[in-house]
Amino acid sequence: HLATSLPLPSERDHLRPRIDLIVFMIDIKSKYSLKNVEASLAHVDARFFLGKVCFLVTGVGRVNACSIETNAVCKLGEDYCSPVLFCELELEGIRVTTAQRLLRILQICAGHIPGVSALSFVSLMRNSDED
Amino acid sequence: MDETVAEYIRRTVLKIPRAEIKTMLQKWGFLSEAQLQTLNFHQIKDNISQEVVQLCEENSADIKQAAVLDIIYNHIYQNKKMWSVYQMKKSGEELECFDITDFKKKFKGRLRSALKNVTITFKEYEDNAIWIRVAWGTPYKKPNQYKPSYVVYHSQTPYVFICASVLKSNLPLLCQALIVASNYHDIREMELRSHSLDSLKDIVFKRYSQNFQTYCPKPLQGGNVEPESADIRIVQENRSEKERIHRLNWEVFGGGPQPKLEFAQYKLETMFKSDPKMGVLDKKEPFRCLVKFSSPHLLESLKSLAPAGMADAPLSPLLTCIPHKARNYFKIREKKGLFPESFVSP
Repeated sequence: HLATSLPLPSERDHLRPRIDLIVFMIDIKSKYSLKNVEASLAHVDARFFLGKVCFLVTGVGRVNACSIETNAVCKLGEDYCSPVLFCELELEGIRVTTAQRLLRILQICAGHIPGVSALSFVSLMRNSDED
Repeated sequence: MDETVAEYIRRTVLKIPRAEIKTMLQKWGFLSEAQLQTLNFHQIKDNISQEVVQLCEENSADIKQAAVLDIIYNHIYQNKKMWSVYQMKKSGEELECFDITDFKKKFKGRLRSALKNVTITFKEYEDNAIWIRVAWGTPYKKPNQYKPSYVVYHSQTPYVFICASVLKSNLPLLCQALIVASNYHDIREMELRSHSLDSLKDIVFKRYSQNFQTYCPKPLQGGNVEPESADIRIVQENRSEKERIHRLNWEVFGGGPQPKLEFAQYKLETMFKSDPKMGVLDKKEPFRCLVKFSSPHLLESLKSLAPAGMADAPLSPLLTCIPHKARNYFKIREKKGLFPESFVSP
């Protein structure tokens, strides 16, 4: 399900399945995009931050057009205890790989991978970040 | 043939892209088809232009014909110049038939009576556009052919499009000659400028697609907000919001292509509003500030802002009023009254 911001429109509540993963997409070329995500985060129930939220930063290939500091995004990830992925959607290879990674994370969050929970997975990712 | 004319023709031909030289010379019609056949258009432009000059020499070209070639070049490459729009006013309701010969005579007469050294050239085009080229001199110097002014006048309208040359001091004289020749009594500069002459015409002649205030059923059915990446597994949560934006955009901008403007400039003369405790400005004077929006195609980019998620819809009327008000230069002052708000001055 794609949305431009949160909260989600209530008229579609009955049509929505259970939400297993929220991916916040931040376009590194747009400050507005970061502000939008920060505002939307306030509408997310705290339970999602136990591994069911992920930040995806797009547009990192265009180094000259960056409007947002990567520090700011990484700090956001730390504050909300959620992983931050970086990708460039305009390159097909990276696009496909990123999609596969997200799919994997989604499988874990949906409980399809026995033995790995969303929470354990996200702590794994955080520990490797701090190395 | 005069040396200066030869040089002018040579330089004009050099400006033309090689692939276009033949067609432009044909449009010019000064050299015969037989003469054009003798030209080798596959050599370097320097040589082509020399050969053209030689042929012109044979035909004894003078500055008048050279000026026509210049008009033809600038008519085709009109978007290289910056055009300003002027509006003329009639004093009464006299409905007169426009007579082109009378116009030319009066125009030339008025200019020449003030300034002897001018080169004035006219060319009419099928869309009722009269192109006028004026090269300016002084009482002591011959006209400078390299910095002429161009005027485009559509005789059925009160609008004149002027590309003033660097010599702005001649502008009042030019304006005067225009109103005398066209039987108007006043002329004023509109706050509208662009490189795209056609777009300026579209705006003042109201030829672009506008949305009218009457009810118009949506041309697209609600669903077609985006070109179909129709994977039904993708669900757009904000479909109704997207449709609202699309509808608002359509209401403001209409369905067709927008006129091409490169910038919009807002001169602010408003009071700085801040927390009174901050005391940023000691004096209560208007805070002067200039805001300029530039883009290769300003109106299309404004139109795409809301659908791209980069701005909220509806956009500020200060931006969307540009084509309706036929202006892209604005002065915004404080409204004097009980409720200070900014307003746009005429």
